[in-house]
Amino acid sequence: MGRMLLVSRLAMRDLRRRRAEAALLLLCVLAATTTLTLALVLHDAASDPYQRTRAITKGPDVVATGPLSRLETLSGASGVAGHSGPFPVTAAKLRTSSSKTSDVQAVGRDSNAATVDQPLLTDGAWAGPNGVVLEAAFARALDVGVGDQVTLAGRSFSVTGVAITASSAPYPGSLCLVPRGCVTGSTEGAPAGVLRNPGLVWLTRADVMSVAQKADNQFAVLNLKLADPDGAQAFIDANGGRGPRALPMHPWQNILGDATELAHDSQILLFIGTWLLALLAVASLSVLVGGRMADQTRRVGLLKAVGATPGLVAAVLVAEYVMVAVSAAGGGLAIGTFTAPLLTGSSAGLIGGAGTPSVTLPTIVWVITAALAVAVIATAAPAVRAARSSTVDALADAPRPPRRMRRLTAVSSRLPIPLLLALRLAVRRPRRVLLGIAIVLITVSGIYVLLILNTYLGTQELSGGYGAAQVEVLRHVLLVWSVILLSLAAVNTIAITWATVLDNRHASALVRALGATPAQMTTALVGAQVLPALLGAVLGVFPGGPVLFHLINAIAGGAGDRATLPTPWQATALIAAVLVVVAALTAVPARVGGRRPVTETL
Amino acid sequence: MSHAADKPVLRARGLRKEYGKGEGLVRAVDDIDIDIRAGETVAVMGPSGCGKSTLLHMLGGLDRPSAGEVLVNDHRVDQIGERALARLRRTDIGFVFQSFHLLDELTAVENVELAALLAGRPPRAARRRAEALLADVGLTGRESFLPSSLSGGQRQRVAVARALINEPAIVLADEPTGNLDSASTLDVLRLFEALHESGQTLLIVTHDERIAATTDRMISMRDGSFVDETVLTADTTGQLRVFAGPEA
Repeated sequence: MGRMLLVSRLAMRDLRRRRAEAALLLLCVLAATTTLTLALVLHDAASDPYQRTRAITKGPDVVATGPLSRLETLSGASGVAGHSGPFPVTAAKLRTSSSKTSDVQAVGRDSNAATVDQPLLTDGAWAGPNGVVLEAAFARALDVGVGDQVTLAGRSFSVTGVAITASSAPYPGSLCLVPRGCVTGSTEGAPAGVLRNPGLVWLTRADVMSVAQKADNQFAVLNLKLADPDGAQAFIDANGGRGPRALPMHPWQNILGDATELAHDSQILLFIGTWLLALLAVASLSVLVGGRMADQTRRVGLLKAVGATPGLVAAVLVAEYVMVAVSAAGGGLAIGTFTAPLLTGSSAGLIGGAGTPSVTLPTIVWVITAALAVAVIATAAPAVRAARSSTVDALADAPRPPRRMRRLTAVSSRLPIPLLLALRLAVRRPRRVLLGIAIVLITVSGIYVLLILNTYLGTQELSGGYGAAQVEVLRHVLLVWSVILLSLAAVNTIAITWATVLDNRHASALVRALGATPAQMTTALVGAQVLPALLGAVLGVFPGGPVLFHLINAIAGGAGDRATLPTPWQATALIAAVLVVVAALTAVPARVGGRRPVTETL
Repeated sequence: MSHAADKPVLRARGLRKEYGKGEGLVRAVDDIDIDIRAGETVAVMGPSGCGKSTLLHMLGGLDRPSAGEVLVNDHRVDQIGERALARLRRTDIGFVFQSFHLLDELTAVENVELAALLAGRPPRAARRRAEALLADVGLTGRESFLPSSLSGGQRQRVAVARALINEPAIVLADEPTGNLDSASTLDVLRLFEALHESGQTLLIVTHDERIAATTDRMISMRDGSFVDETVLTADTTGQLRVFAGPEA
């Protein structure tokens, strides 16, 4: 107990003493845990809300549409355990009091509760004469609530309720129930007469018949409960018929896919983002920890001199990062949970959708474990190295010997002074250079993919199945990804520069004593970051970006050949922009390092 | 001695360095005046903490005085910008530090030529001059050795060669034998005597009397001020022979 107290006290004190570095660490892990939380919450959103909605609303295993007579026969087919309907259905044009219009499919329901597919009211009451109930996501998209007036096929109706159902995906992915056909997502080029992104509304049977159009006469929808829900597709194959007389039937698994398509796509994007960010977080931690270790050598020596064992020293160092990791995990869970509703727009028509993202125990465990793993992986090696180092050397604050690269030293002597110094500073720590390259490579690859996805979403033709609202949600996901990715990359760049400044303070002071100007030293420190960044940016544009994009396509099953890749000038501009940003971000720490008084160090 | 030789290469007046304020005010250097003529070798002696190194840093433009003025070759250096100070350190001043301060990843010759490269010399010329200087300090055959493969005395000789590579007006040495054993100290003493004889202007901060004995003038310092100054005549200077033997 006393040992634990000592470890935690020493760790806490050191964190307090180096608040800025601790804050940087926290930020790195926070970014990764936030994205992981979002990805896990969306993973749940991609399946759980539909299943819960299906259970509560007695969701059907098969939804069949077609002529009334054929549906009546189907309700008695083998394997059917229960049914509701057939209910009359018709297409209509809905207009709100604020003059918004939309195609709708109106289903005529009975006033008594159905044993299969009983939509759950989230607000108001069930539809009576001259009353209409709107599907929740559709109501939200139109900004219509209980008590509002709408017109259907020119007839005025009062909105009596808002409900959710598992018999159709939420708006705008509603199941097509009418014979004339529907188009969801982009409606450009859609044939005349088909419904464009229709919403779903429920009326009384009589009201549906009164607004029914001639083409939809005698058309109905039947909800079936099967003895074997998993065999829904087999039931359809056996009873749906073939050719032009085939009866349109939809298994619940397809509705689940449609209902959660957007959340699923968002989740894939975020999971890949999480991996990238986790890699960045490990890289940043390694840099920060390495930088701190360089500064902590003497502290390690002191601890060992007063009797701390190598194990205790390692425990103190690891404990610091574990504390940061746990705090970051808590923050990430909170931020991820509150941000998730922005990214779950498609599930507004399901239980546990927007506004109520569920953070489950497994999600909490995953996030905390990941944060701890990142912290331990990044700190274990330097902590053990510090603990094993010679006490005398550590007390003398002996720096780790830098690497010698003979050929680069020879080549650099022919370069202008700032470049000469930059190259020599960079190659003193090859591993840090590799980390710098990796960080820029990951970031540029991510930006490359973001450019492709942004162009894809912005091009109406290519946006395929996504409507404007869905594009907006996916843009939110990309925005979250971009902000976190760029923030973490910026933190990394600053951290690497600062570690370089700390590690090279003796060499910098000496070179200044030999006649290098502060400006030359500052330029050299910036150059030491820009040179690896150049390599990382070039590798990020090729092959990093294309490889990452194809990876996403492979996971998501997307059609990569339809994507517009960045043009060569865009790629060049991206590389140039990265270099400018890296130079700008490193300028301040480099200037501080380049102007540090020589006599403080020598 | 010619008129030019009488002209001070380095001159300081009313030099002061203060740290802290109020009751915590510490005067590390207090109202120092000094003139060092071309070709002269001066030793500043005193106990640890008396302000010797601080004085040296101010004279060499590594640190700025709180008050007073410093002139190198008649140019005020205490008020010039960092860039001009850097130029001054590159061309007019050479430093030798107690801890050698060699870059561990560079060989002896690369360490020496670095100062020449910073001064803008062509790489080949810098390399030739560095090799020649290493030969002068007795390190022929050690050019490609890393500092970790050299003894303390050899490292300090590399540092001296580095200080000389840009033919500075004055070499400032801060406890050049402070980190050396007896044998290495002797090596460095011989080197400084050779520099002295070659006419190189030298200011050496030390508490090693043997070094001081090789100089033209010995100044004692205590609590930030000069307390005594001894001009060493031909009878008293060159005492190195007493320590090093006739062959030195």
